Amino acid sequence: MSGVTPGTDPSRADSRMEAAVVLEIGSSPHIHAGNRVDRIMFHVVLALLPTTAFAVYAFGLAGLLNLVVAVGSCLATEWVACRLAGRPSTLSDWSVVITGLLYGLTLPPGLALWMVAAGGIIAVGVGKAIFGGLGFNPFNPALVGRAVLQAAFPVAMTTWMDAMAPGRFTSVPGSTLTFPLAEPVYDVVSGATPLSAWKFDHTAADTMDLLAGFTTGSLGETSAVLILAGGVYLAVRRFMSWQIPVAILGTVALASGALHLLDPARYASPQFMLLSGGLMLGALFMATDMVGSPMTPRGQVIYGVFIGLLVVAIRTWGGMPEGVMYAILLGNAISPHIDRLVQPRVYGTGGRRGTP
Amino acid sequence: MGHRGQRSFRHGIHPPEHKDETKGLAIRQFPFAPVLVVPLSQHIGKPAVPVVREGQEVVRGQRIARADGFMSVSMHAPASGRVRRIGLVPGARGQMVPGIYIEPFPGSTQEVMEGRPCRVDEAEPAEILAAIQDAGIVGLGGAAFPTHVKLSVPEGKRIDTVVINGVECEPWLTTDHRVMLEQHDDIFMGLRYLLRLTGAERAIIGVEANKLDAVEHLRARLPGDLPVSVEVLAVKYPQGAEKMLITALLGREVPSGGLPLDVGVVVINVATTAEIGRLLPHGAGIQERVITITGPAIRDRGNYRIPIGTPLRFLLDTVGLRPDVSRVFLGGPMMGTAVASLDVPITKGTSGVTAFTVAETGPITSAPEYPCIRCGYCLDACPLFLNPAELGLLARNGAYERMAEERHLMDCFECGSCTYVCPAHIPLVQRFRVAKLAVRRIAADRKARGGEA
Repeated sequence: MSGVTPGTDPSRADSRMEAAVVLEIGSSPHIHAGNRVDRIMFHVVLALLPTTAFAVYAFGLAGLLNLVVAVGSCLATEWVACRLAGRPSTLSDWSVVITGLLYGLTLPPGLALWMVAAGGIIAVGVGKAIFGGLGFNPFNPALVGRAVLQAAFPVAMTTWMDAMAPGRFTSVPGSTLTFPLAEPVYDVVSGATPLSAWKFDHTAADTMDLLAGFTTGSLGETSAVLILAGGVYLAVRRFMSWQIPVAILGTVALASGALHLLDPARYASPQFMLLSGGLMLGALFMATDMVGSPMTPRGQVIYGVFIGLLVVAIRTWGGMPEGVMYAILLGNAISPHIDRLVQPRVYGTGGRRGTP
Repeated sequence: MGHRGQRSFRHGIHPPEHKDETKGLAIRQFPFAPVLVVPLSQHIGKPAVPVVREGQEVVRGQRIARADGFMSVSMHAPASGRVRRIGLVPGARGQMVPGIYIEPFPGSTQEVMEGRPCRVDEAEPAEILAAIQDAGIVGLGGAAFPTHVKLSVPEGKRIDTVVINGVECEPWLTTDHRVMLEQHDDIFMGLRYLLRLTGAERAIIGVEANKLDAVEHLRARLPGDLPVSVEVLAVKYPQGAEKMLITALLGREVPSGGLPLDVGVVVINVATTAEIGRLLPHGAGIQERVITITGPAIRDRGNYRIPIGTPLRFLLDTVGLRPDVSRVFLGGPMMGTAVASLDVPITKGTSGVTAFTVAETGPITSAPEYPCIRCGYCLDACPLFLNPAELGLLARNGAYERMAEERHLMDCFECGSCTYVCPAHIPLVQRFRVAKLAVRRIAADRKARGGEA
């Protein structure tokens, strides 16, 4: 592009600029906040890492293998599903890693790895891919995987290992390495989880043990403190709605507190209810899955109260010691209906109105 | 974020302001282009009707087109020169529109021709209204809505407050900021016309906290006899939208489908007010306006008083354009229109010209679109408390009428906050534009068929 030739009509010379300039068009806005789905998901993974690390620390090789196989089977299923659907791979959006981690954390340590893999395939395949993938799954995929395992292998899913067992980093329990489709054999079986101990023997675990995570249970049912830390991080960074966990935990505390006041011998204390089982992980990381929960703050509170009441009801009057999984799945089920009924009040449609 | 205690509306967003680039630069006079391109429709409503012939000599400020009815305003010659052609001129959105080409005389002193003055202390409200229409005044904030139409108070309605919009929430633009610093007398004079015309008891000038120098400047010069105050608002987009500004300043909510008049308010942009105060005492018409020319692709950024009709090509040649320019838009990046051609002229509604390089637009064009993950960020951003996520799904399914009937689509004023925050990079507001157009078309079709249906 040479410069303007002297003496030419300026309007002709101007056209040289156009030759050098290619204009891009687009409808406004022409700027963006810069956040992205994959980045949100990545931060959820980050927030889960302390809990994951503690699970490995508490349950050793059995825990590590469970988590690796859980995440691996979820990722592999997503990859295959994308291939079958003829879509580009969605592995890089981190959402399947969350599903894999959460799913793995709900499992009992020492669960046969072939069962872990089967559940992972179901979690992503049935829980997510057949609905159309990210954004379209009505239920939390991790819980779908776990629910199927619970129904298929009720014994294996309620057989627990002790946390902090000596030798957990040097040997793998026999049950973990069970041959596919074979019945697992357990060499070391621990006592009951705090919730089943309460349910069947009415003995309550120590609050400090529950907070720190020195109790038996699923991989991620351990340290309430680390789960809360991850949740607070997400809420502060606005990657998670704080209304949902606050509504769930608040409802559980109030409802179980009221029952406990009525009859302390029959009904567990609110602090026990809050800190035991999968409530913390469920309330902070699973019920808050954006896809399966309502969008409006008011809807989120309704959803949280619903889940909280179900948790207390199932734990107190149900046949099973734990009910967080079913409570969240049922919450997912009513979430679209909440969204349909609870809409934001549109500006200028009542409420505050000006008068001249 | 906004400081505690500063007033604002609820929801909204905080895009990077980028006003430091030009806010300290005084308004400079822009030279005349060899050819000025004056579209006959620079406003919302009916195009003006030319009152000059091809080949005719015109004087700067002379009326060259008259208003065609009430929803229309006059056009004035932006320069002394010759009418070269009356025909089609390039419009901002890629279409050709009727207009007038004027060749300024190179040697002319460019003295502005004045008409019959409209004196603020003598004129009747109806005369002020006519003078505003005659001066060709439209909303200079970007909407280009004829100002006299806005100021026509129907029978039975009353205006108690005139709100002067000095918010300028659009990133990069500093036009109103400079006008407040440099044209306080024009603003106060314009206010006198507005108060007399509307019979309002008071006026409030709303300014965001990123222009505190303008607030102090105006407060220090407030005429004692004018019932006007200057209020500071927290910095937040889109506070310059009429509804948001009214809520922020007065706590009133304009009813859905209604007008500020319904809550006793009229909102006039501060530069429009200044133009009323500058032109009416001399009976002159709009021949130029203040714009900000800015953005990373511009070499000589600044605030300029520029003749209406200056083609972008001449403008960008004068201020210097970097070769890696990717988008040029009229206005700012949130609501501005990206032009496809540099033959497009500056019109009355152009508050700025922003040019971006690939560095700024790359992240927008390359970001992958994800499915909606129902994060709800758009619900938190929408200043009207609409549900953009749901509207987006409905739009994808083409359920346009349902969007309008059940979900208040037509209230959306396209601020773009939803698209700005969407982590899935779904073009929400863009789909709403299409949907609104479709709904209007369906309604028009239905009306056209009339009794048949």
